Amino acid sequence: MSQQATLAFLLMDAPFESARTTTALRIIDAAVRRGINVKVFAYEGAVFLPFASQIAHANAVHGRTVEEEDHPLPREWVAGLIEESARRGAAFEWVNCGLCVDERGAGQAIEGVRRGSPADFWKFAESSDNTLVVPTA
Amino acid sequence: MRVLSIVSSAYRATVEEQDDTVIWFTHAIKGAGADVDMLLKGPAVNYAVMGQAVAPVTIGTRTQRQGPDVCGQVAGLIGKGVQVFVAEVDLERRGLAKAPLIDGARRVRDIPALFSEYDRVWHW
Repeated sequence: MSQQATLAFLLMDAPFESARTTTALRIIDAAVRRGINVKVFAYEGAVFLPFASQIAHANAVHGRTVEEEDHPLPREWVAGLIEESARRGAAFEWVNCGLCVDERGAGQAIEGVRRGSPADFWKFAESSDNTLVVPTA
Repeated sequence: MRVLSIVSSAYRATVEEQDDTVIWFTHAIKGAGADVDMLLKGPAVNYAVMGQAVAPVTIGTRTQRQGPDVCGQVAGLIGKGVQVFVAEVDLERRGLAKAPLIDGARRVRDIPALFSEYDRVWHW
């Protein structure tokens, strides 16, 4: 385990509003599938990515039921990354910026997510082989 | 580990922390021990121009007295030992080539050479 590489990520975009987030989560997924330890710090609107109350909906424009639509939910992607990391024996941490959570009322996160501060991101960066900041525009 | 943070999205989300959120974040990680410097580029070069003021804003019955004094927060970073570089080419593009900068802010032209001095470069 100690030989495994570790990567740190910082995400900023709120869910559903930018393709950058999907791309970032795909990069994280690729790292997880290689058994790489991953540390994610969610800043600003990104603290809503693991928000537990996200609900899938049907799509009347598409004429599809909720099951047929298979609406993507970022909380499920985050949970999936946590599960896949555990399955591969790699470490996975997701820290939400606590002040960002409080401002937005985003405290209800899925299991495996904890709140923290920018100091956590600095610790992540210091203890990782490299760091990718995925900013918002 | 030396880090260069690049800020190029200016005046974005200043309501969030009464500040530029990346400037605010940099204050926080500097306080946590980070060896971090900053490059202002694009419209963010205006953060370092001297002589700015932040007046209160009133919306309906609500007056916001504490505005985002981003220039002051950048000066605060310099006061904490953070080197703040300002992309000279972006000052020129905005007619600010001769504008006085806040104390300690340094104009920089050779940005690739600046990158080579750091272990990590984070472009926000």
